[in-house]
Amino acid sequence: MSLLAKAPEDGLARLWSAAGPEPAHRVLRAPETGAVMVRGRAGAVGAAFNLGEMTVTRCSVRLEDGTVGHGYVQGRSKAKAMTAALVDALMQTAAAPVLEQQLLQPLRAALAEAAAARSARAAATKVDFFTMVRGED
Amino acid sequence: MYVAVKGGERAIDNAHAWLAEDRRGDPEVPELSVAQIREQMRLAVNRVMAEGSLYDPDLAALAIKQSRGDLIEAIFLIRAYRTTLPRFGGSRPVDTGTMACDRRISATFKDAPGGQVLGPTFDYTHRLLDFKLAAEGTVPPAPTADPLPETAPHIMGFLDREGLIQSEPEGPDTPPDLTRSPLELPAERALRLQALARGDEGFLLGLAYSTQRGYARNHAFVAELRIGTVAVEMDIPELGFAIEIGEMTLTECETVNQFTGSKTEPAQFTRGYGLVFGMSERKALSMALVDRALRWKELGEDDSGAPAQNAEFVLYHSDNIQATGFLEHIKLPHYVDFQSELELVRKLRAQTAAGGVTATATAAQDCETGS
Amino acid sequence: MQTQSLDGGFHNAPIEAAYAFRAVMRAMACPGTIVTLAGAEPPAPLSRAAGVVVLTLCDPETPVYLAPSRNTAAIRDWITFHTGAPLVAADRAAFGLGLWSELGQGGFPLGTAEYPDRSATLIVELPQLAAAGATLQGPGIETSAELSLPEIAAFQANARLFPRGLDYLFTCGDRLAGLPRTTKVR
Repeated sequence: MSLLAKAPEDGLARLWSAAGPEPAHRVLRAPETGAVMVRGRAGAVGAAFNLGEMTVTRCSVRLEDGTVGHGYVQGRSKAKAMTAALVDALMQTAAAPVLEQQLLQPLRAALAEAAAARSARAAATKVDFFTMVRGED
Repeated sequence: MYVAVKGGERAIDNAHAWLAEDRRGDPEVPELSVAQIREQMRLAVNRVMAEGSLYDPDLAALAIKQSRGDLIEAIFLIRAYRTTLPRFGGSRPVDTGTMACDRRISATFKDAPGGQVLGPTFDYTHRLLDFKLAAEGTVPPAPTADPLPETAPHIMGFLDREGLIQSEPEGPDTPPDLTRSPLELPAERALRLQALARGDEGFLLGLAYSTQRGYARNHAFVAELRIGTVAVEMDIPELGFAIEIGEMTLTECETVNQFTGSKTEPAQFTRGYGLVFGMSERKALSMALVDRALRWKELGEDDSGAPAQNAEFVLYHSDNIQATGFLEHIKLPHYVDFQSELELVRKLRAQTAAGGVTATATAAQDCETGS
Repeated sequence: MQTQSLDGGFHNAPIEAAYAFRAVMRAMACPGTIVTLAGAEPPAPLSRAAGVVVLTLCDPETPVYLAPSRNTAAIRDWITFHTGAPLVAADRAAFGLGLWSELGQGGFPLGTAEYPDRSATLIVELPQLAAAGATLQGPGIETSAELSLPEIAAFQANARLFPRGLDYLFTCGDRLAGLPRTTKVR
């Protein structure tokens, strides 16, 4: 679910439509966009405080076999929340291994690649200090 | 006498139409897309998210487009939009210790574990206009090196281990929220930090600068400034456990101030804290300095009467939407108010002229009623 | 969480909640008026009207107290899933939900003189609800109205606390009536 929350919408939609037809389901809670209050800690380690809100869209579905899936995704895409809920439900069924391979692994790899690319750029800006003159006289 | 008038609908409609046309500018020049603003005006987008108090880069970019680049107007649009959203709940406090840092510097320890990582900073540019940007062209990719370790320890933790820094007290899981209940004074630190996090960057910059110039002895060192992405986790009631619901870029600034000790506390360092949505370094630094100045009472310091130490002054004037709302309303019709003032001044003049009577009448003024 | 409890929410929340909000507002603005609510199918023994009120007015920031008759696993799960409202003891509740024999015992926040709004709203499930019985007078009532209240003394005592005090919503099946603290009961 965490992976689906962060996955780029285009990438998820492409992999989802490639993964086959949408399974039959009933909507328990229609996709709804709302806000979550994000909290921080005073001094990074102390008492919690409210930093500000972020947009989140959620959705819940039930497959024909009764399996329930929930989707919570960052942003305002109702389609993405619906896909996330369906994937969450399917991952509790026999379809899990195929979905893991066809959908979750590529998403995970893409996110890891993007994070590594950023980290590599940051690493190139790491400072190497060297001593010019030592004032010991 | 009170006279109600109405009118101007046609003028307003036409003004809006002209606003839309003017917003577009010269149609010969290609139109800006929201994605272009999101990607290329990222620091403006960050400021709108921070002060609009809603993390959503696409919405902030749209607001900037709609407001023609007037960031306070854009923040106003975001604040108005966020009131329409149902609140699903609160996140767990973000763990900035696990931040994937783009930038991470310390002004106190040269050899900080994890190193000094500059990131995409303006700091060492020469502030010379780059006319190459006026011409279109592609940018070569930035150099890379072996990726950094996934997380870097907080530098403040090293001072903490030596017991040289004031420890941060725990607080309730659900902090007070000034978007839900009105601000009451004295405001605890959690409320102050929330107000500062959404406060106006310019106002906080001015206050922070005043503390540096001597209004509230406040000589801060930047122990650490870090910018990067953190995961946001929330407990989901129907699941019974927490999941990541997204990630966001944050700027965090931890300052240390010397503290000579009080009756109950030994000499040690004290902390100021800034945490802001997006890459907003100036704002995070300002927030940390103002946070520290506002803590004088809990740290047993003297009130030197400085503006930055006055919680009521700071907290009631830091919100630019409240400020601009009240400020700008004075350009709206006050015809009746002004008529009464005009009458009064004419009467006083007439009295003086008529008999040399000293005009001692004090005008009872209640300028906001009846307008 | 039992998966049956996830059914029965609004199908089109913005529209249905807006209709329900309007109806509840009318019931509170005109005490004695009986309105009909639709859109939710809560688990038994929760009435449809009480369920719609919960879906419309409750969220993670409105703690709810469930009296013993309504404190079942199915109802708890249903409220948690559809509203996110925390379930709490009576003295911390923004809403109380149950029978009059349970809620009439008191123990709910009554608000303060500075913040009379920091008080609870009680959703009282009644076996019957009719525009007959106790006489109501006060704001929102042209001359007088009648409502089948479960008793009189408690509501008279509540009105005397003004501006503090509780507000009541009475539910029966899909019908609802309101009794704010401003109404005088005889």
